Amino acid sequence: MTALVSLLSRVGLWGRGVVVAIPYLWLLLFFLVPFLIVFGISFAESIIAQPPYSSLVEWQVDPDADTSKLQILLNITNYFRLAGDDLYILAYLNSVKIALVTTLLCLLVGYPMAYAIAKADPARRGPLMMLVILPFWTSFLIRIYAWIGILKGNGVISNLLEWAGITSGPVEILYSDWAVYIGMTYCYLPFMVLPLYSTLEKMDPTLLEAAADLGSRPFKSFLSITLPLSLPGIVAGSLLVFIPAVGEFVTPELLGGPDTLMIGRVLWNEFFSNRDWPVASAVAIALLLVLVVPIMIFQHIQGKQAEAGK
Amino acid sequence: MAGQPIRKPTRLEPWQDPGQAPYVRIEKVTKTFGDFVAVDEVSLSIYRNEFFALLGGSGSGKTTLLRMLAGFEQPTEGKIFIDGVDMAGIPPYERPVNMMFQSYALFPHMTVEQNVAFGLRQDGVAKAEIRDRVEEMLGLVQLAAFGKRRPHQLSGGQRQRVALARSLVKRPKLLLLDEPLGALDKKLRERTQFELVNIQEKLGITFIVVTHDQEEAMTMSSRIAVMNHGVIAQVGTPTEIYEYPHTRFVAEFIGSINMFDGRVVEANGDQVLVASEEAGCELLIAHATPAPAGSPVSVAIRPEKILLSKEPPAGETGVGEGRNRTTGIVREIAYLGDVSIYLVQLPTGKTVRVTAPNVTRRTEMPITWEDEVTLSWRPFAGVVLTQ
Amino acid sequence: MKRIGFLSWALWFGYAFLYVPIVLLIVYSFNDSRLVTVWAGFSTKWYAELLHNDTLLDAALLSFRVAAVSATLAVMLGTCAGLALSRFGRFRGRTLFGGMITAPLVMPEVITGLSLLLLFVAMEQWVGWPDGRGVTTITLAHTTFTMSYVAVVVQSRLAGMDGSLEEAAMDLGARPAKVFFVITLPLIAPALVAGWLLAFTLSLDDVVVASFVSGPGSTTLPMVIFSSVKFGISPQINALATLMVLVVATGIFVASIVMARQERQRKRDEQMAIQNG
Repeated sequence: MTALVSLLSRVGLWGRGVVVAIPYLWLLLFFLVPFLIVFGISFAESIIAQPPYSSLVEWQVDPDADTSKLQILLNITNYFRLAGDDLYILAYLNSVKIALVTTLLCLLVGYPMAYAIAKADPARRGPLMMLVILPFWTSFLIRIYAWIGILKGNGVISNLLEWAGITSGPVEILYSDWAVYIGMTYCYLPFMVLPLYSTLEKMDPTLLEAAADLGSRPFKSFLSITLPLSLPGIVAGSLLVFIPAVGEFVTPELLGGPDTLMIGRVLWNEFFSNRDWPVASAVAIALLLVLVVPIMIFQHIQGKQAEAGK
Repeated sequence: MAGQPIRKPTRLEPWQDPGQAPYVRIEKVTKTFGDFVAVDEVSLSIYRNEFFALLGGSGSGKTTLLRMLAGFEQPTEGKIFIDGVDMAGIPPYERPVNMMFQSYALFPHMTVEQNVAFGLRQDGVAKAEIRDRVEEMLGLVQLAAFGKRRPHQLSGGQRQRVALARSLVKRPKLLLLDEPLGALDKKLRERTQFELVNIQEKLGITFIVVTHDQEEAMTMSSRIAVMNHGVIAQVGTPTEIYEYPHTRFVAEFIGSINMFDGRVVEANGDQVLVASEEAGCELLIAHATPAPAGSPVSVAIRPEKILLSKEPPAGETGVGEGRNRTTGIVREIAYLGDVSIYLVQLPTGKTVRVTAPNVTRRTEMPITWEDEVTLSWRPFAGVVLTQ
Repeated sequence: MKRIGFLSWALWFGYAFLYVPIVLLIVYSFNDSRLVTVWAGFSTKWYAELLHNDTLLDAALLSFRVAAVSATLAVMLGTCAGLALSRFGRFRGRTLFGGMITAPLVMPEVITGLSLLLLFVAMEQWVGWPDGRGVTTITLAHTTFTMSYVAVVVQSRLAGMDGSLEEAAMDLGARPAKVFFVITLPLIAPALVAGWLLAFTLSLDDVVVASFVSGPGSTTLPMVIFSSVKFGISPQINALATLMVLVVATGIFVASIVMARQERQRKRDEQMAIQNG
């Protein structure tokens, strides 16, 4: 009886182990190991071969001395190239700038929306939030595409401005930084509204009543009560927008001009046009370095939220 | 003789019978979570057919102890025996124990019947028998007509009874109840207390109840273990716990009490005489735990054991000038209907709490604010506390 | 009063910002002219053309297959991961595990795409599998980045669920595996459905990762759309977009009707419970 019991409890533990092990191994293989490979290849040399990079380790056999040695070749010129070439540095700075502006625009549009929804009648909040998330379920590419027709010369905005007599000829907004801002704000808006709404909705409305009772005017109450309490939502939403925006590729490629340099585009071009895999890897590593701190903050918040859920 | 212990056992209680083996034996059990010691070297013996209460505030370790009995937590050290079997390594689904959860934990996607039948189905009981036993249980908790309902279609009291039926249907020898009445309102709670005791006596099951409500523990249980910071402060019958607390903590946790600090003047057998500046008189205590002369002690006296009068009472044994009698001024009166609470300030500054039944109508109340009154108590009223 | 005015104005501006582009997209899909900006009368000819565009239809079919398989895999892996994170307490390597679950949520797609491609190339060199790039590699890549979303959805559902339900089932004699299938799984089923749909949509939407890890003959729908959009506007894409919006809108509409009905039923039940009190 006791033997059976201990056997079964061991099976229970074993079952648990399997449940953890399967996703764990999957992520190790398909998430962690790939980064190590990228890191490794960023030290390789670009060669014309299949695959187009040099091997880092070489097993050299010396037939005369009857010895062999393992040689590790680390090539750091890729990183020197990144540091030395204005193109890369500009692309980095520009990526961070565009991501920051996008985050700010998302916050400006998203905060009042989230606040208004959180203040709405409880029965209407669900449908209103649904309306914010709904576009997310349609294709991202299609949503970017929609803006091409609106922003291009002779497009909807251009025609509207001309019809209203504000401008005399077609206005081209497409292929500029502004087109990228608009497109990225459009795509990332739900990621900002969602965490903002969930912190604002949880806020106790009697706090504002108490503030009013103590003589605080509505706007003052907003600044001194609502805003500080919604800070976790602001941080979470901003990270959710900023981190992927820095590495964004599709929006600048479709809406940006040739001079809208972003690091994601540089990486893509190094890889697909120049077929220089080692430099593309070095660019990826450098991009990760920029994002390490924001990602760690994001994970910290995410972890705390999961704990609080309990 | 007045003032004798009320409890006169008609038969030998199991915990007093050396021939009885305890049904649940907890031996020096310790449970730590990281640095936090939730349960600290607790030993307890609980006997068949007991209605045993674990009483304590939040963080006292009572729920952790219960969860170790159910098998959801493993003791860090020590052993637990149920019916003589060591429970180490035995998972919850192999234990002869059932539990009623504080949140009731009714499966929301199953009907009342399916909830109650769940435990029997795990044991592979025949369908017909499951039907009969579920019907019988629902009858016992007076929910026969509600079998097809889902939990969210029931009121709080009904859910509580479904949870009880579900935990009883497997006929466990031991039922663990985690705050069984915590989610009910006051009226319903009082009614359900009696129902629980009736069911326990009818089915002859050992109950271990975790509660933070002292009144609940007092009315229902055969014995109470008062827990504090992971340690058992005292185990005893409700009367013992109330009338003879061993420590200041127990005395203050159960009901309200007046404490007088003092020093032992004379100890004669189980009679102890204590001098207390705070009380403004000497205190004579009969049936006290012996304490050597000169040692510092506290004397605890329950508010209802103190007699409040305008004139010193005459003809009481052990009560006299400067002994078990002091005077003070009434500062506050709280009228609670059946009793009134008086806060009386002694010349020493100490405030004493006295409760007196409202035998007469309030309009004829003889004692009022700022009256000078005499407080007196018999030698059996006080308890000497050394710790 | 003035503040309320500002708020609803901001709300309507936000909704207009979100929906005007989509509405215009739909309107111009019925435009007779190839020029998106000039209205030349109502026509459904772009829909007809779309139905005869074999490249696009093939790509769509491939994308649906990849999305369905990877979403299913992602739900299985993500459920295990969510369960491990919210129910198993502390285990060795939990911090790394939690990090690997949340990082893909924000990881730029170009990095994910490049790193997975390099992995597949290296694996082919060392173990000879996967043999070249194609449907298999796209499916593996999509499973990897969508399982994180499923894990987060499942984890938050489990965190909101009363843990004593599972303990109660165990107390009544059910073994852990049985507890999972009889109690946990039915209760988190809505999260699994939501997670599957989310993973399916993300897979169907991805152009960057797929571009890195796809091979000849495995062009997904977003890749086709991307290359045709790069060459300018095509009303066929408008027609396709309209169909996608239609499918999503219908799905959401049906879902909200079902939810509204459940909500009404729940209210009635609560009423009944109060009356029984």
